[in-house]
This record gives sequence, C-alpha cells and structure tokens, in this order.
Amino acid sequence: MTLLELADVTASYGPVQVLEGVSLSVPENGAVGILGANGAGKTTTLRAISGTVRASGRILFDGTDIRGMRPDRVAALGIAHVPEGRGTLGDLTVRENLRVGAYLRKDAKGVATDIDYCLDLFPNLQDRIRSNASALSGGEQQMLAVGRAIMSKPRLLLLDEASLGLAPSTAKDVYDAIRRLRTESGIAMVVVEQNANLAFSLVDSATVLETGRNVLTGTSAELRGMDEIRRAYLGG
Amino acid sequence: MGTFVQLVVDGLSTGSVYAAIALAIVLVNQATGLINFAQGGMAVLAAYVAWWLTNHGVPLVLAILASMAFSFVLGAVVERWLMRRFERGDPDTAVVVTIGLLTLITGISGWLWTYNNQQFPSLFPLDTVSLLGVSVSIRSIGTTLVIVVAMVLLQALFAGTKLGLALRAVAINPESAAFSGLPVGRLLMVGWGLAAAIGAVAGALVAPQLTLTPGMLDNALVYALAAVILGGLTSPVGVVVAAWLIGVLENLAAVYVPFIGFDLKVAVPFILIFVVLVVRPQGLFGRKTVVRV
Repeated sequence: MTLLELADVTASYGPVQVLEGVSLSVPENGAVGILGANGAGKTTTLRAISGTVRASGRILFDGTDIRGMRPDRVAALGIAHVPEGRGTLGDLTVRENLRVGAYLRKDAKGVATDIDYCLDLFPNLQDRIRSNASALSGGEQQMLAVGRAIMSKPRLLLLDEASLGLAPSTAKDVYDAIRRLRTESGIAMVVVEQNANLAFSLVDSATVLETGRNVLTGTSAELRGMDEIRRAYLGG
Repeated sequence: MGTFVQLVVDGLSTGSVYAAIALAIVLVNQATGLINFAQGGMAVLAAYVAWWLTNHGVPLVLAILASMAFSFVLGAVVERWLMRRFERGDPDTAVVVTIGLLTLITGISGWLWTYNNQQFPSLFPLDTVSLLGVSVSIRSIGTTLVIVVAMVLLQALFAGTKLGLALRAVAINPESAAFSGLPVGRLLMVGWGLAAAIGAVAGALVAPQLTLTPGMLDNALVYALAAVILGGLTSPVGVVVAAWLIGVLENLAAVYVPFIGFDLKVAVPFILIFVVLVVRPQGLFGRKTVVRV
C-alpha cells in the first residue's frame, strides 16, 4: 500500500528550474532515501511535499492530492517535515518546542506520554528540558527537531540532512535513535542525506537525483557500493 | 508626605497608560517580530469609536467594550491586508509602513472628527479616597488596577496557554511553526487583534484626562517605546513595571529636582534608559538571547 506517491514533479525558484520531473514512491511503514550531490533537488523535493515550494505534477498522500496545499494543512494530514537547518524554535524551551509539535493534538495524556517517549529516545534532552533551544548543541537541536516532529504523531516524516554539521559520532547517535523510532513506531520516512552510509543504515530503498531528475532507483542492497552512487555524490 | 504619595499614585496612573500601549507593542512583537508604531494611533481611533458610541446613548462600559472589539477586527484586518505583504521582507520596511499607518490613521481620525479637543467621559468617579492617610484620586487607582489585570492576563496567555505558545512559535519561525500544523496567518491576525484591543483600553483610560484629539497618544507612544526597551521586549510584566517607573520618576523629578522641573521631565526616562542599556542591554526583565555558534 503506497502512502506517498510523487509523479513527474517539477518546481522552480523564480526562473531557475530545480526539479525537472521527480518521481518517488513511499510504501506504508517504508523508508526511502533521496541521494544526490548538492543542488540535485533533494531539499526541494521535500519542500514540494510539505507545501513550502510551489510545484507541478502529482503529489498524492494516502490517496489525497496535496500539491499546492498550505504547509499547516499538509502537516495536519500527518506529514512532519524536519527541515534542513533543523528549524528549532530558539527562544522556546525544549519542552515548549515539543508542545508546539503537539499543537494539533487534543489528547493531553497522550502528549505527556509522547514527551516522555521523546526524552527516552533522546536522553540528552532530559537535562536540557528547561533550556532554550538556542542554547543546545547542534546534535541536541537536531534531536529536538526530530522530537518535535514526532510529537504531532505523523504518518510520514520528512528528514532533511539530519547529520549536517554534526560530529560523526553525534550523527551516528541521531541515526541510531531514528532507526529505533522507525522500528518502534512504523512511521514512514523520506530521508535526504549526504552521508550514504548513514542513509543506507536507515532506508529500505533510495533514489538518486541528478539536476532535478531520478537517475537511479533501487533497494538499499542494490545501491550500496554502486559506482553511480559515488559519482552522484562527487557531482561527476 | 501627602504630595509624595499623590505624585507616586498619579505617576503610576500615567505610567499605566504607557504600559497599556507598551503591552500592545510587546504583543505584536511577540507575535510578528515587528514594532508597530501605529499602535498609539489605532488606540486613538478606538477611543473615538467609544466616544462616538457614548454620544449616541451607549453606556460607557459597553462603548469601551465595543471599541475593543472594533480594534480587534481593525488589528486583524491591518495584519491580513497590509502588514502581511511586508512581514517576510526587510523588517525596516515593515517598521516604516507602520509609521505611515500611524500618520494615515491620525489623519482619518482628524478628518472624521476634526482636530478639536473632545470631552471623553471618565470610567472612574473623579473623587478621592484616603490611602495611608493621604487622599488620592480614584481615577489613578482604577487606571492602575485595570493595567495590572491586563498584564496578568497577558502574562498568563503567553506563559500558560496553547494560543500564547503558538503566537510565540510563529513569531520565532513562521515556516517551521507551520510544519507543526500551526495556522500561521490566522495566528498573526489574532496577535495583531489582541494588541489593538489592549491599545483600545489605553485610549479609553487616557482620553478623559488629556481630552480626545487625533494626536492624543503621540507622547505616550514615545514613553511606551521607552518602557518596552527598558523592560525588555520579551516580558509583559517587565514593560509594565518599566512604564510605571517612568511615570513615577518623571513626576517626582519634576517636583523634587528643581533643575529639571516640568520642562525637562521628558528627559528623565531617556537618561534612565541610557544607563540601563549600558548596564543591561536586554532590558531590566528581558531574557538574554543565548546563541551557540
């Protein structure tokens, strides 16, 4: 059963066309990676899904056409976007950030349980619960961003470069936690990641983008170690 | 002693009017990250609406409540159809737009109701009561109390409610807030609407003393901005305390420091602000923004 389906999606920033026909299919409970060099259109693909960039083509979520929908409406349908640069709300505390994530929920008890779950998933946040998000380290901010996203109980998580700017060991911690989240919750994921090894540790399949087009799609097992992957990252 | 107490209470009362405008400015700033210079002008327009209603036989309290409702809608409309075009752009441009809006609204008030002084009925009786053996005006006490209530409500809104949290989230990062499903546009309208409604309270409180004119709150706006800086942009309690401090200090200085007198008393709060900003740039009560790089 397909949860998210992108077919021939195009998008541009002003006169510059960034996506020239991207397709993507994410099954229920599945995790799909988007790989590619800088400027290949990975982030824009996620933004097209979450409604933060105007796109054409077909974007179906659970059978509903969400293309052109406002970002908050898309979020309300169950898509949580963890943007590049994390998007944590700096002047709010860690707990307040998590509560913002649960904005659309009415079940106070469930929210409290899920805050505990976030703190269990990311123990580093436990001691920082009253700190302003801006005072956290980069790794902690990334954990908070993921935590805030899952507070909305999404069916689909869009993860953009969760390892960006993190020390390798911290990036591994973040991905370990996300993998655990995937196993325990079954949330479907679209994962944009520069680090192919981290990506393949999480996703079942992936697509490689080059200048806004799919050039290669396959399962993690098929793609791992292929020359095209290396080429795509080196931009050659 | 009698003079002193009366000066302090009167200072609290004028300070309360600065405080109401300052609270409105803080609210808009918390919700949109902008300083709205038109806040005073919008409050005057609200006072005119209340005044016009009382002239048509509406009881004063009802007229003020109606002017608050009018202001809520005005604030929301201004945000939706004017400020939204500028919110994502350069903040300096947006500030200039609010200054233009101030001029526009003042002009509209003058055009509709002339620039002549109009008598505005007082919400409180003009009697005095005995306090600590000194007689002070009921109006001053009432004005101060109204602002205390407004301040407590606002602090509770921001610190303790989902709406307040959502308003703050949208102010910090609208795009990221939308990713959690926050209806950004509607929240911005609510923020501006609430601010304008609080401004309307200021208009109704000060109009009986100053008499109603289109430029009635121009001075108060300057003091309110001073209070916002002194108290810290992030703290409703802070700006109210700062506004009271300004009101009381300028009153006391005028009487007890002969060198200052009534001509120079406007300078007192600004000297105070200068000193505070040198020692504590985030304001007396503001939170320092800590940023990791």
